[in-house]
Amino acid sequence: MATLSKRYSIKAKDYLRAGEISIEVQGILKRIGFDAQLIRRVCICAYEAEMNVVMHGGDGTLHLFLDNDAIGLVVKDSGPGIENIALAMQEGYSTASEEAREMGFGAGMGLPNIKKNSDRLKIDSQRGRGTVVAISFEVKGRAGEQE
Amino acid sequence: MKLAEIQEALKAKLIVGDDKLGLSIEAGVGCDLMSDLLSRPMVGVVVLSGLNNLQVIRTALIAGAAAVVLVRGKEPDPEMVSKAQSHGLPILSTPFTMFTACGRLFQQGLRGI
Repeated sequence: MATLSKRYSIKAKDYLRAGEISIEVQGILKRIGFDAQLIRRVCICAYEAEMNVVMHGGDGTLHLFLDNDAIGLVVKDSGPGIENIALAMQEGYSTASEEAREMGFGAGMGLPNIKKNSDRLKIDSQRGRGTVVAISFEVKGRAGEQE
Repeated sequence: MKLAEIQEALKAKLIVGDDKLGLSIEAGVGCDLMSDLLSRPMVGVVVLSGLNNLQVIRTALIAGAAAVVLVRGKEPDPEMVSKAQSHGLPILSTPFTMFTACGRLFQQGLRGI
C-alpha cells in the first residue's frame, strides 16, 4: 500500500463542523480496508483530539499519516496550552466551557480516551504555546485494499 | 432485538432508516455525555440521548453505534437528518423520558452495554 499523508485545518469554536474531519478520516480508513476495531480506535482518538482543539485550542491542524505498519495522527493547535498534563490525563478533570458541555463534551474523558485507544501518545504543551498531540497505532493483519 | 421492536416498545417515530428496521440491536445505552459513548465498543448498540444536536450523530458514527433514539419527543434538525442519511444511521424519536424509555427496552429484554 502506498503511504498517505493528509492535513486538515481545525477552526476553534466551530461547533458546527466539529468532528467532520474525524468522520472523513473514518471514511478513508474504511475505504482502504483496515480492521474495524483499529478504525474505531483511530477515529475515537482523532475525534477526541479534534474536539479538544475546537473546545480549547486556537485554530489547529490534524495530520493523518499512513504507511504499511502504522497509522499516525498529529494534532497541533495554537491555543492556551495545557498547564498540567498529568492532571489533564486524569479522568474527570476538565476545563471545558459551558458551551462545550452543552454539546455533550467536557466530561474530562478526552485525553484519557485517547490514551486508552492508542498504542503511543505524546503530548507536548506549554502554557501560552499551544499543544501538539502525537498519536500512533500499530497496523497488523490489515484487510488490504477494498477498492 | 430488532430495531422495529425498539420502535414499537418506545412508540417511536422513525425519522431516518426506513430500510433499517430489520437491524439486530444487541444492547442499549442512555447517554448525554459524548465521551462516555466513546469509552466502550458500541457495535450493535442503540444510543438513547436527550442531547439533540449534530454531535450526537457524529459521535454515534465514530463510535460505530447502530441507531440513535432521541427521547422526550425531540426531533433532529435537517443537518442531523442529512448526516445520518448519508451514513445510513437510523434516527428515532420517542415521546418517553430517558428513564422510561430505557426501562421499557429493559423490560423487553434489551440489556446495557
